[in-house]
Amino acid sequence: MTRPPHAADRPGLNLFVCIKQVPDSAQIRVHPVTNTIMRQGVPTIVNPYDLFALEEALRLRDEYGGSVTVLSMGPPMAEEALRRALGIGADHAVLITDRRFAGADTLATSYALASALTTLGREQPIDMVLTGKQTIDGDTAQVGPGIARRLGLEQLTYVAAIDRVDPLRREIVVRRRSEGGVQVLASRLPCLVSVVEGLNEVRRGAVADVLRAARAEVVTWSATEAGVEDPMRCGLRGSPTVVRRVFAPSPRQERAQMVAVTGKRPSQLADAVLDLVLTQQPKLEAALADGPVRRNRP
Amino acid sequence: MVEHFDAIVVGAGPAGTAAALVMARAGLDVLQIERGETPGSKNVQGAILYADALERLVPDFREEAPLERHVVEQRVWLLDERSHTGAHYRSADFDEDRPNRYTILRAPFDRWFAAEARAAGAVLLTETTVTELVKDAAGKVVGVRTDREGENLFADVVILAEGVNGLVGQRAGLRKELDPRHVALAVKETVFLTDEVVQERFNLKGEHDGVVIEAMGDVSAGMVGTGFLYTNRESISIGVGCLISDFQATGTAPYALLDRFKSHPSVAPLLKGGEVKEYVAHLIPEGGYHAIPELVGEGWLVVGDAGQFVNPAHREGSNLAMTTGALAAETVIALHRQGTPCTKAALGSYLRALEQSFVMKDMKKYRGLAAMLHGNKHFLTTYPAALSRAMQTFLRVDGVDKRTKQRLMVQDFKAARGGWWHLMTDAVKLARAWR
Ligand SMILES: Cc1cc2nc3c(=O)[nH]c(=O)nc-3n(C[C@H](O)[C@H](O)[C@H](O)COP(=O)(O)OP(=O)(O)OC[C@H]3O[C@@H](n4cnc5c(N)ncnc54)[C@H](O)[C@@H]3O)c2cc1C
Repeated sequence: MTRPPHAADRPGLNLFVCIKQVPDSAQIRVHPVTNTIMRQGVPTIVNPYDLFALEEALRLRDEYGGSVTVLSMGPPMAEEALRRALGIGADHAVLITDRRFAGADTLATSYALASALTTLGREQPIDMVLTGKQTIDGDTAQVGPGIARRLGLEQLTYVAAIDRVDPLRREIVVRRRSEGGVQVLASRLPCLVSVVEGLNEVRRGAVADVLRAARAEVVTWSATEAGVEDPMRCGLRGSPTVVRRVFAPSPRQERAQMVAVTGKRPSQLADAVLDLVLTQQPKLEAALADGPVRRNRP
Repeated sequence: MVEHFDAIVVGAGPAGTAAALVMARAGLDVLQIERGETPGSKNVQGAILYADALERLVPDFREEAPLERHVVEQRVWLLDERSHTGAHYRSADFDEDRPNRYTILRAPFDRWFAAEARAAGAVLLTETTVTELVKDAAGKVVGVRTDREGENLFADVVILAEGVNGLVGQRAGLRKELDPRHVALAVKETVFLTDEVVQERFNLKGEHDGVVIEAMGDVSAGMVGTGFLYTNRESISIGVGCLISDFQATGTAPYALLDRFKSHPSVAPLLKGGEVKEYVAHLIPEGGYHAIPELVGEGWLVVGDAGQFVNPAHREGSNLAMTTGALAAETVIALHRQGTPCTKAALGSYLRALEQSFVMKDMKKYRGLAAMLHGNKHFLTTYPAALSRAMQTFLRVDGVDKRTKQRLMVQDFKAARGGWWHLMTDAVKLARAWR
């Protein structure tokens, strides 16, 4: 990848991408007898949503100049995920790893990441932090907003496209996926952007990128080096969330049902289905009586 | 920028990683290229690891390597449709400080092994496929091209550790296409069970003890092949493999064969209640000594499965892979130190080292086995069935006197093979192939 020079007239963007190494959920097994999650031998991957965030950051860097730093909190093994990000084209990688981080919920995780970002920001003032909309192993979508709140960044979640960034006027325009539509939002830098799947196509690093990644030193910081001020707010101790039980949902008993219908017209089909639904859910009928849905037949 | 290395290794299976590890330790600048997301991700789970070959490379591997169980009992089963005649060997001697054989899962194992090479200084590129070899004007291999955008990568020597398919070598015209009579297709499943269930079903005394079963006879449905069952910590690996040429000829579906093995009355109870995950298929080179391709050339060497180094009679492969990888590495290191270019002639010392090692000796010992079984499938059909009938005659108490039973058993064997003469020639054939 050719990188535009960081010219004086182009301020460039200091971009930070938070990524997480997660078990490949497609390969997680549930124990048939105990119904617990079996992690043994499950390969790890970079949380897929985070890769879209990384690609978006790389595109911004390629367009406006600047640099992309990937950051992760995790066990030493998470270095692999960061190396992968370097191979895709990130410039720097930082792993914050410490026994004291273990068992963190989203509150403690965003605290640790925000601390590290503050430390990084002293060298390179933050323009944007990008994250995936959520992880596939936690599904909370809370860490990104948690970071934004702690760092006082504008918060743009569920972003489906970044339309425009103006590094000089410190402006950004994004499209946000929301229930029932798309919101176009204009906001200010510095900001946090959490992205949804499919807003771009993640590139393959060139030979030079993967070679650089393979040789690179991933910077590894302890909690102290990351600038964590209050270790009590990290890891299990800093996590008010209690996981009572992890289990596989039991399969639902109801099965899909074949409905015999006479007639081919769409309205006939709809009536047949509605009839069946209303016989099985008598209360619905009353609730719908005043609504827009009416049965054609008495 | 032109990147030049002392050596490029294609593949991060046991052969490639052994080569990369040994060269990196000797201070060579090594680049290893693997197409999988991680080393081992393209590999078939569940295998037996032979400690010896690995111990020579990583003496304290037992402390760090992801191992499943060590083998305390070996079973060999001859199957007919409803029975098995078996030999079981279990010894407390196998419960030693430094066990000789382990069951492993290849994905975590290969990953760990590759990390050793990386720690020694080898540079590993993953998710990168070598598409072709780069040659100079004189035809000497000087590097590789990959499927990633960018420059070619150069080296003094390229070690082909790309596994059984050998596509890179084939594309470069260094070897012929695989012969379907020389390759087995193995299909395998991992069946998940708890540690306690595995221990109970196989009569084991702890989470580290394991049993392995090799099965012949009905399992291959008349084709040349075998079945196997290995106990892992929390799962069982079960599979069958037969020659591709036999699959082609009989039109048998590999998964149907595996299903049949799994529902065999001797096997089904061992798997009961287990959840099946990971159905995988992989090739095994089984052509033996005669199928070994050209192993060295101008600027290149072949190691592991790519060189057909598998001993099907003993189901050894990864240890031959590691050993050939290490021997190739030593050859390259010696030339590097002398400043000698890696010409075909200079690399010939790899061939001499192979001849000296157990690898070539074993390959030669079983040189006739593949062809013999190919032409004599009755070893895998008639005999196991006849043996099973003999066992039944012998064991059933039904008022028939023992002398008569003995005569019936002998007659049955004779009839099964059409007379004494055939029985005797079979014995000679078997002895020759095993000699
Ligand atoms: C079902 C089954 C069961 C087996 N059981 C046993 C057992 O119990 N014990 C035992 O010792 N052996 C066993 N074997 C054999 C053993 O797996 C092989 O002998 C061994 O893996 C060979 O090692 P290798 O490094 O030569 O090849 P591989 O392990 O096949 O490694 C080759 C590597 O090269 C990579 N590669 C290929 N082409 C390219 C390319 N163009 N660019 C980049 N990378 C590439 C592949 O992705 C792969 O990772 C078994 C094999 C099978 C199929």
